[in-house]
Amino acid sequence: MKIHEYQAKEIFAKFSIPIPKGEVTSVPDGARQIAVRYQRPVMVKAQVHVGGRGKAGGIKYCKDPDEAFFAAQDILGMNIKGLTVKKVLVSDAVDIASEAYVGIVLDRVTKKAVIMVSPAGGIDIEEVAAKTPEQIMKFGVDPIMGLRLFEATKLAMFIYKDFTLVRQCAIIISKLYRVFMQCDASLAEINPLVGTKDGSLIALDAKIVLDDNALFRHYDLEALRDFDAEDPDEMTAKKADLSFVKLDGYIGCCVNGAGLAMATMDLVKHFGGEPANFLDIGGSSSPEKVIAAMKIITSDPKVKVILFNIFGGITRCDDVANGIVKAVEQLKPRVPIVVRLTGTNEEKAREILQGVGMQATSSMEEVVKMALEKAA
Amino acid sequence: MAIFVDKNTKVIVQGITGRDGAFHTQQMLTYGTKVVGGVTPGKGGTQTHGVPVFDTMTEAVKITKANTSVIYVPPQFAIDAIYEAAEAGVKLIVCITEGLPANDMLKVYHYLKSKDIRLIGPNCPGIISPGLSKVGIMPAQIHKKGNIGVVSRSGTLTYEIVYQLTNAGLGQSTCIGIGGDPVIGTNFIDCLGAFEKDPDTRAVVMIGEIGGSDEEMAAEFIRKKMKKPVVGFIAGRSAPPGKRMGHAGAIISGSSGLASDKIKALNAVGVPVADIPSQVPGLIADRMKKKVSVPRAKKAASRAKAKLVKKGASKKVAIKIAKKAGKKKR
Repeated sequence: MKIHEYQAKEIFAKFSIPIPKGEVTSVPDGARQIAVRYQRPVMVKAQVHVGGRGKAGGIKYCKDPDEAFFAAQDILGMNIKGLTVKKVLVSDAVDIASEAYVGIVLDRVTKKAVIMVSPAGGIDIEEVAAKTPEQIMKFGVDPIMGLRLFEATKLAMFIYKDFTLVRQCAIIISKLYRVFMQCDASLAEINPLVGTKDGSLIALDAKIVLDDNALFRHYDLEALRDFDAEDPDEMTAKKADLSFVKLDGYIGCCVNGAGLAMATMDLVKHFGGEPANFLDIGGSSSPEKVIAAMKIITSDPKVKVILFNIFGGITRCDDVANGIVKAVEQLKPRVPIVVRLTGTNEEKAREILQGVGMQATSSMEEVVKMALEKAA
Repeated sequence: MAIFVDKNTKVIVQGITGRDGAFHTQQMLTYGTKVVGGVTPGKGGTQTHGVPVFDTMTEAVKITKANTSVIYVPPQFAIDAIYEAAEAGVKLIVCITEGLPANDMLKVYHYLKSKDIRLIGPNCPGIISPGLSKVGIMPAQIHKKGNIGVVSRSGTLTYEIVYQLTNAGLGQSTCIGIGGDPVIGTNFIDCLGAFEKDPDTRAVVMIGEIGGSDEEMAAEFIRKKMKKPVVGFIAGRSAPPGKRMGHAGAIISGSSGLASDKIKALNAVGVPVADIPSQVPGLIADRMKKKVSVPRAKKAASRAKAKLVKKGASKKVAIKIAKKAGKKKR
């Protein structure tokens, strides 16, 4: 789960990582009032779940409250990479002397939290890694030991020469590691970590991505979910315990299992079609889940046909068939349905479908071809 | 032989009294898996499908001498269940449960490594050596005993490909689902290495998907260490970047984890990658004819047969004796 910069900074503050003073608002006048109170130049920053806000004009320096008002007016409602800005963060403008990068990611290869630091901050770290990899130092933390201060100090020394900065930085790295582990993050990043003209370090930006699998034990973090920033269909799907990703095509797919769902999309594309979505109805699929899935798929006006691809294992084909029959009764879909069923209780499922005049094939390729014919 | 599980696998089911645990205990028993016990705290002393239930893993392992555990407990207890199994002394842990926090898994991974315990999963369908043992949730009837090793990050997609292999007459030595999470206990390389050593495996099907770089590393391993033919399939060619495709680990982040890169890496080391699942059996059959010479066992058998026929023994007896000779050689 992604969270906004201002939310990540609230977490930083709890772990006493220094951040500039700031407040969030959703109206231009709010930005003016914050600037009036601060009596200093401010930054007005778009709060959206996407990188490259600065380049898109979503971050502005304002020397007085009027400028803050107009900047907020420009930025609120702005569309950045398909997302509408609904909130801005108004924060103290900092005098920048240096910009560095500190980030922690989960490394799938070494199975460790890897800390990356670079004296080249303020730009995309992937870009730094591609162009000047010698500017990055990486360190994989032993998950059982945890991060020790001397390890953090070595990393800090890669960025700074001045030991008053090295010490501050090592402590910030240690705290960021604590954020990463205690919040169950899959990414925690400060970019840039700014050295100010008075010789202190401050996290000018903050990015945290949380592990969805761990949210069950973080009620406080789950509350940070911004429903405005998420796709409404994906949220509906989540509530029904389905995983759904919207795509651009016209073949609505309903599959059990993530791998098979991807392979089904790929097969649609292979035969010249375009999938409308990824949808995994999961393991033990009740008829209710099938109805919920059909509801989401049919709400997309571009969908011309619905394709079911079910390989029964724990999922029982008759459950899915019952779900299809009920969904057709309830929703009366305007588009045709094609079905593939193989595995557990396949025969029973076929009988159920035949009862309402529907047929099911047992081949994945055949059902995809059928879907394409119906959509043509 | 097969890999990781066989006739000697003795299983404890963690979460045996739960809905999934109980159902699959029955399924595994029907298949002939030696399920020797189950654990649900508070239910010790009862039975599920005739299997004794214990309160703790330590007790269960002490009494049953099990060497394997399979985990069906809900995600919030699954990390603990892995540690409990490890402390109790089993050598193989299969975690079916989906939804384990990744940062916890980092610790689990390094802890198990230090104890030399193998974890398969989490978020996986388990493992089956057809005709010998099934530890997991896959539908048994689609499998057939044979010589193809199958390793996959997926569940139902594996069933699809196994189904096609079986329909084409290509049986399997062992099929392993390694799981769809970013941090898993056993990866492609571990399985490829084991298949390479397994005399019952003649070729391997590797089913990957978007996210991470496990497939690229497997390609490197195949180039350096494998003589047996490998055929690949990669799911998610049409997946958009930045979106988690069901599995926690199936996500293209930035420019890494793309299907096209994985296919390129595999092709570069001579591994053909099927465009669609139905091409897999053909590619495997093709590779086996090309790369696999007559195995030693068969050679020994045919030599013995020729000798006996020369001596004037009847053909039937000759074949019988020859078969024995082949087995001995193995």
